[in-house]
Amino acid sequence: MDNKKRFTIQALAALVQNANLKGFFTGRIYTGAAKGVCVPGLNCYSCPGAVGACPIGSLQSFLGARPVRIPYYVVGLLVFFGALLGRAVCGFLCPMGWLQELLHRVPFPKKLRDFKADRALRKLKYLVLALLVVLPLFFALTPFFCKYLCPAGTLAGVLLTLADAAVRPLLGGIFAWKAAVLLATVVLSLMIWRPFCKYLCPLGAVYGFFNRFALCRGETDADKCVRCGKCAAVCRMGADPSKDPNDPECVRCGDCVRACPTGAIRMGFRMK
Amino acid sequence: MRARLAWLWLLAAAALTGAGLAAGQYAAVLHKAVRICLECVGIG
Repeated sequence: MDNKKRFTIQALAALVQNANLKGFFTGRIYTGAAKGVCVPGLNCYSCPGAVGACPIGSLQSFLGARPVRIPYYVVGLLVFFGALLGRAVCGFLCPMGWLQELLHRVPFPKKLRDFKADRALRKLKYLVLALLVVLPLFFALTPFFCKYLCPAGTLAGVLLTLADAAVRPLLGGIFAWKAAVLLATVVLSLMIWRPFCKYLCPLGAVYGFFNRFALCRGETDADKCVRCGKCAAVCRMGADPSKDPNDPECVRCGDCVRACPTGAIRMGFRMK
Repeated sequence: MRARLAWLWLLAAAALTGAGLAAGQYAAVLHKAVRICLECVGIG
Protein backbone atom coordinates (compact mmCIF):
# COMPACT_ATOMS: atom_id res chain seq x y z
CA MET A 1 0.00 0.00 0.00
CA ASP A 2 1.44 3.39 -0.95
CA ASN A 3 1.55 6.37 1.38
CA LYS A 4 -1.29 8.12 -0.48
CA LYS A 5 -3.68 5.27 0.33
CA ARG A 6 -2.48 5.20 3.93
CA PHE A 7 -2.95 8.98 4.11
CA THR A 8 -6.52 8.59 2.83
CA ILE A 9 -7.24 5.92 5.46
CA GLN A 10 -5.76 8.17 8.17
CA ALA A 11 -7.91 11.11 7.02
CA LEU A 12 -11.05 8.96 6.93
CA ALA A 13 -10.28 7.48 10.35
CA ALA A 14 -9.83 10.98 11.81
CA LEU A 15 -13.10 12.08 10.20
CA VAL A 16 -15.06 9.04 11.42
CA GLN A 17 -13.75 9.47 14.98
CA ASN A 18 -14.61 13.18 14.85
CA ALA A 19 -17.85 13.02 12.91
CA ASN A 20 -19.68 15.48 15.17
CA LEU A 21 -18.67 18.31 12.84
CA LYS A 22 -21.23 20.80 14.16
CA GLY A 23 -19.48 20.57 17.53
CA PHE A 24 -16.52 22.44 16.08
CA PHE A 25 -18.76 25.45 15.54
CA THR A 26 -21.00 25.26 18.60
CA GLY A 27 -18.43 24.08 21.17
CA ARG A 28 -20.91 21.41 22.31
CA ILE A 29 -19.55 17.89 22.57
CA TYR A 30 -21.36 14.80 21.30
CA THR A 31 -23.33 12.99 24.00
CA GLY A 32 -24.77 9.97 22.16
CA ALA A 33 -24.41 6.29 23.04
CA ALA A 34 -21.31 5.84 20.85
CA LYS A 35 -19.40 7.98 23.36
CA GLY A 36 -19.22 4.95 25.63
CA VAL A 37 -17.19 3.02 23.05
CA CYS A 38 -13.41 3.43 23.06
CA VAL A 39 -11.71 4.40 19.81
CA PRO A 40 -8.35 2.76 19.08
CA GLY A 41 -6.18 5.91 18.97
CA LEU A 42 -5.50 9.03 20.96
CA ASN A 43 -8.61 11.13 20.33
CA CYS A 44 -9.81 13.10 23.35
CA TYR A 45 -13.52 12.67 24.12
CA SER A 46 -13.68 16.33 25.01
CA CYS A 47 -12.84 17.25 21.44
CA PRO A 48 -15.97 18.93 20.02
CA GLY A 49 -15.96 16.47 17.10
CA ALA A 50 -15.31 13.25 19.02
CA VAL A 51 -18.00 10.57 18.75
CA GLY A 52 -16.11 7.94 20.78
CA ALA A 53 -14.08 7.77 23.96
CA CYS A 54 -10.30 7.93 24.23
CA PRO A 55 -9.12 4.66 25.84
CA ILE A 56 -6.63 6.43 28.10
CA GLY A 57 -9.17 9.06 29.13
CA SER A 58 -11.74 6.33 29.74
CA LEU A 59 -9.53 4.87 32.44
CA GLN A 60 -10.29 8.01 34.45
CA SER A 61 -13.75 6.61 35.16
CA PHE A 62 -12.04 4.04 37.36
CA LEU A 63 -9.83 6.43 39.34
CA GLY A 64 -10.44 6.72 43.02
CA ALA A 65 -12.72 3.70 43.29
CA ARG A 66 -12.45 1.76 46.56
CA PRO A 67 -12.06 -1.16 46.34
CA VAL A 68 -9.97 -0.71 43.20
CA ARG A 69 -12.01 -1.44 40.05
CA ILE A 70 -10.14 -3.16 37.24
CA PRO A 71 -11.22 -1.51 33.96
CA TYR A 72 -11.98 -4.79 32.16
CA TYR A 73 -14.02 -3.08 29.45
CA VAL A 74 -11.32 -0.57 28.44
CA VAL A 75 -8.48 -3.10 28.79
CA GLY A 76 -10.50 -5.62 26.76
CA LEU A 77 -10.93 -3.14 23.92
CA LEU A 78 -7.22 -2.19 24.04
CA VAL A 79 -6.26 -5.88 23.88
CA PHE A 80 -8.70 -6.34 20.98
CA PHE A 81 -7.21 -3.49 18.94
CA GLY A 82 -3.69 -4.60 19.88
CA ALA A 83 -4.09 -8.30 19.04
CA LEU A 84 -5.83 -7.44 15.78
CA LEU A 85 -3.70 -4.55 14.52
CA GLY A 86 -0.72 -3.94 16.80
CA ARG A 87 0.83 -0.58 15.98
CA ALA A 88 -0.98 -0.43 12.66
CA VAL A 89 -3.43 1.49 14.88
CA CYS A 90 -0.76 4.21 15.16
CA GLY A 91 0.06 4.17 11.44
CA PHE A 92 -3.50 4.11 10.14
CA LEU A 93 -6.12 5.02 12.73
CA CYS A 94 -4.70 7.49 15.25
CA PRO A 95 -5.64 11.12 14.51
CA MET A 96 -2.79 12.40 16.71
CA GLY A 97 -0.27 10.35 14.70
CA TRP A 98 -1.74 11.63 11.45
CA LEU A 99 -1.54 15.22 12.67
CA GLN A 100 2.16 14.79 13.47
CA GLU A 101 2.78 13.28 10.04
CA LEU A 102 1.04 16.24 8.39
CA LEU A 103 3.20 18.64 10.37
CA HIS A 104 6.34 16.75 9.38
CA ARG A 105 5.48 17.38 5.72
CA VAL A 106 5.88 21.12 6.31
CA PRO A 107 9.30 22.20 5.02
CA PHE A 108 11.69 22.90 7.88
CA PRO A 109 15.45 23.66 7.73
CA LYS A 110 16.45 20.73 9.94
CA LYS A 111 14.78 17.32 9.75
CA LEU A 112 16.20 14.97 12.38
CA ARG A 113 16.38 11.24 11.68
CA ASP A 114 18.93 9.87 14.13
CA PHE A 115 20.34 11.58 17.14
CA LYS A 116 22.17 10.42 20.24
CA ALA A 117 19.35 10.29 22.78
CA ASP A 118 16.77 8.85 20.35
CA ARG A 119 16.94 5.21 21.51
CA ALA A 120 16.96 6.10 25.20
CA LEU A 121 14.06 8.55 24.82
CA ARG A 122 11.89 5.83 23.27
CA LYS A 123 11.81 4.05 26.63
CA LEU A 124 10.03 7.07 28.10
CA LYS A 125 6.66 5.96 26.75
CA TYR A 126 6.80 2.82 28.90
CA LEU A 127 7.47 4.99 31.95
CA VAL A 128 4.59 7.25 30.95
CA LEU A 129 2.31 4.22 30.69
CA ALA A 130 3.41 2.83 34.06
CA LEU A 131 3.66 6.03 36.10
CA LEU A 132 1.12 8.38 34.54
CA VAL A 133 -1.59 5.95 33.37
CA VAL A 134 -1.51 2.66 35.33
CA LEU A 135 -0.26 3.83 38.73
CA PRO A 136 -3.03 6.43 39.27
CA LEU A 137 -5.60 3.65 38.81
CA PHE A 138 -4.34 1.85 41.88
CA PHE A 139 -3.53 4.80 44.08
CA ALA A 140 -6.50 7.02 43.30
CA LEU A 141 -4.31 9.83 42.09
CA THR A 142 -4.92 12.54 39.54
CA PRO A 143 -5.12 11.37 35.90
CA PHE A 144 -1.57 12.56 35.34
CA PHE A 145 -1.30 11.76 31.64
CA CYS A 146 -4.53 13.49 30.67
CA LYS A 147 -3.98 16.42 33.00
CA TYR A 148 -0.34 17.22 32.34
CA LEU A 149 0.82 15.59 29.13
CA CYS A 150 -1.81 14.67 26.57
CA PRO A 151 -1.60 17.07 23.58
CA ALA A 152 -4.85 15.68 22.14
CA GLY A 153 -6.73 17.00 25.17
CA THR A 154 -5.06 20.39 24.85
CA LEU A 155 -6.03 20.52 21.20
CA ALA A 156 -9.59 19.73 22.27
CA GLY A 157 -9.31 22.60 24.78
CA VAL A 158 -8.08 24.98 22.10
CA LEU A 159 -10.95 24.00 19.78
CA LEU A 160 -13.50 24.37 22.59
CA THR A 161 -12.07 27.76 23.48
CA LEU A 162 -12.31 28.92 19.89
CA ALA A 163 -15.92 27.75 19.61
CA ASP A 164 -17.15 28.82 23.05
CA ALA A 165 -16.00 32.15 24.50
CA ALA A 166 -17.41 31.22 27.93
CA VAL A 167 -14.57 28.71 28.38
CA ARG A 168 -11.80 31.30 27.92
CA PRO A 169 -11.88 32.90 31.41
CA LEU A 170 -11.49 29.43 32.95
CA LEU A 171 -8.08 28.81 31.42
CA GLY A 172 -5.19 28.98 33.86
CA GLY A 173 -1.74 27.67 34.66
CA ILE A 174 -2.42 24.05 33.74
CA PHE A 175 -3.69 25.10 30.35
CA ALA A 176 -0.56 27.21 29.84
CA TRP A 177 1.60 24.16 30.69
CA LYS A 178 -0.41 21.89 28.41
CA ALA A 179 -0.32 24.46 25.63
CA ALA A 180 3.47 24.47 25.97
CA VAL A 181 3.49 20.66 25.63
CA LEU A 182 1.26 20.92 22.55
CA LEU A 183 3.49 23.63 21.08
CA ALA A 184 6.58 21.50 21.74
CA THR A 185 4.86 18.55 20.01
CA VAL A 186 4.04 20.75 17.02
CA VAL A 187 7.58 22.17 16.74
CA LEU A 188 9.23 18.79 17.25
CA SER A 189 6.90 17.26 14.65
CA LEU A 190 8.32 19.68 12.10
CA MET A 191 11.77 18.20 12.77
CA ILE A 192 11.11 14.61 13.87
CA TRP A 193 8.66 12.11 12.40
CA ARG A 194 5.94 11.41 15.03
CA PRO A 195 7.87 12.55 18.13
CA PHE A 196 4.95 12.05 20.53
CA CYS A 197 4.34 8.50 19.25
CA LYS A 198 8.04 7.65 19.50
CA TYR A 199 8.76 9.03 22.94
CA LEU A 200 5.66 9.60 25.02
CA CYS A 201 2.50 7.90 23.81
CA PRO A 202 1.26 5.24 26.27
CA LEU A 203 -0.95 3.75 23.55
CA GLY A 204 2.16 3.23 21.42
CA ALA A 205 3.68 1.35 24.36
CA VAL A 206 0.59 -0.87 24.66
CA TYR A 207 0.25 -1.59 20.95
CA GLY A 208 4.03 -2.09 20.60
CA PHE A 209 3.73 -5.05 22.95
CA PHE A 210 1.27 -6.69 20.52
CA ASN A 211 3.31 -5.93 17.38
CA ARG A 212 5.17 -9.25 17.41
CA PHE A 213 2.10 -11.45 17.22
CA ALA A 214 -0.86 -9.29 16.16
CA LEU A 215 -2.82 -10.65 13.22
CA CYS A 216 -1.54 -7.66 11.23
CA ARG A 217 2.21 -8.16 11.16
CA GLY A 218 5.31 -8.20 9.01
CA GLU A 219 7.41 -10.97 7.52
CA THR A 220 10.90 -10.90 6.02
CA ASP A 221 11.82 -13.70 3.64
CA ALA A 222 15.41 -14.53 4.62
CA ASP A 223 16.01 -16.24 1.26
CA LYS A 224 15.05 -13.13 -0.69
CA CYS A 225 16.76 -10.61 1.62
CA VAL A 226 20.11 -9.42 0.22
CA ARG A 227 21.01 -7.41 3.37
CA CYS A 228 21.27 -4.18 1.38
CA GLY A 229 20.05 -2.14 4.36
CA LYS A 230 17.61 -0.06 2.30
CA CYS A 231 14.68 -0.97 4.56
CA ALA A 232 16.47 0.23 7.70
CA ALA A 233 17.63 3.37 5.88
CA VAL A 234 14.08 4.44 4.95
CA CYS A 235 12.45 3.51 8.26
CA ARG A 236 11.40 6.71 10.01
CA MET A 237 10.73 4.87 13.25
CA GLY A 238 14.33 3.65 13.42
CA ALA A 239 13.56 -0.06 13.01
CA ASP A 240 15.48 -2.57 10.93
CA PRO A 241 12.83 -4.73 9.21
CA SER A 242 15.47 -7.07 7.75
CA LYS A 243 16.29 -8.16 11.29
CA ASP A 244 12.91 -7.71 12.93
CA PRO A 245 9.85 -6.89 10.79
CA ASN A 246 7.75 -6.75 13.97
CA ASP A 247 9.81 -4.27 15.97
CA PRO A 248 7.63 -2.65 18.69
CA GLU A 249 8.39 0.72 17.06
CA CYS A 250 7.02 -0.26 13.63
CA VAL A 251 3.76 1.55 12.80
CA ARG A 252 3.26 -0.42 9.55
CA CYS A 253 3.72 2.60 7.28
CA GLY A 254 5.06 0.27 4.58
CA ASP A 255 8.07 2.39 3.58
CA CYS A 256 10.35 -0.66 3.96
CA VAL A 257 8.11 -2.82 1.77
CA ARG A 258 8.34 -0.27 -1.03
CA ALA A 259 12.10 0.24 -0.57
CA CYS A 260 12.99 -3.46 -0.67
CA PRO A 261 14.51 -4.23 -4.10
CA THR A 262 13.76 -7.96 -3.86
CA GLY A 263 10.28 -7.88 -2.36
CA ALA A 264 11.49 -9.74 0.74
CA ILE A 265 9.32 -7.79 3.19
CA ARG A 266 5.59 -8.29 3.43
CA MET A 267 3.10 -6.62 5.75
CA GLY A 268 -0.52 -7.50 6.24
CA PHE A 269 -2.91 -9.84 7.97
CA ARG A 270 -1.69 -13.37 8.69
CA MET A 271 -4.55 -15.54 9.92
CA LYS A 272 -2.36 -18.61 10.48
CA MET B 1 2.22 -20.00 16.35
CA ARG B 2 2.06 -16.19 16.39
CA ALA B 3 -1.41 -16.16 14.90
CA ARG B 4 -2.52 -18.64 17.54
CA LEU B 5 -1.23 -16.29 20.20
CA ALA B 6 -3.11 -13.41 18.56
CA TRP B 7 -6.34 -15.44 18.53
CA LEU B 8 -5.85 -16.29 22.20
CA TRP B 9 -5.42 -12.61 23.01
CA LEU B 10 -8.54 -11.82 20.97
CA LEU B 11 -10.40 -14.40 23.01
CA ALA B 12 -9.07 -12.79 26.18
CA ALA B 13 -10.17 -9.40 24.81
CA ALA B 14 -13.69 -10.72 24.27
CA ALA B 15 -13.78 -12.14 27.80
CA LEU B 16 -12.46 -8.91 29.36
CA THR B 17 -14.82 -6.70 27.38
CA GLY B 18 -17.72 -8.99 28.23
CA ALA B 19 -16.81 -8.93 31.93
CA GLY B 20 -16.57 -5.14 31.80
CA LEU B 21 -19.93 -4.81 30.08
CA ALA B 22 -21.50 -7.13 32.64
CA ALA B 23 -20.06 -4.97 35.42
CA GLY B 24 -21.64 -1.86 33.92
CA GLN B 25 -18.37 -0.33 32.83
CA TYR B 26 -19.74 0.84 29.47
CA ALA B 27 -22.09 3.13 31.39
CA ALA B 28 -19.20 4.37 33.55
CA VAL B 29 -17.17 5.29 30.47
CA LEU B 30 -20.19 6.87 28.79
CA HIS B 31 -20.99 8.89 31.92
CA LYS B 32 -17.46 10.32 31.93
CA ALA B 33 -17.17 10.84 28.17
CA VAL B 34 -20.36 12.84 27.66
CA ARG B 35 -19.04 15.63 29.87
CA ILE B 36 -16.18 17.95 29.01
CA CYS B 37 -13.18 16.59 30.88
CA LEU B 38 -11.73 19.66 32.55
CA GLU B 39 -8.43 17.94 33.31
CA CYS B 40 -8.02 16.79 29.71
CA VAL B 41 -8.60 20.21 28.19
CA GLY B 42 -6.41 21.89 30.78
CA ILE B 43 -8.97 23.67 32.95
CA GLY B 44 -9.14 21.41 36.00
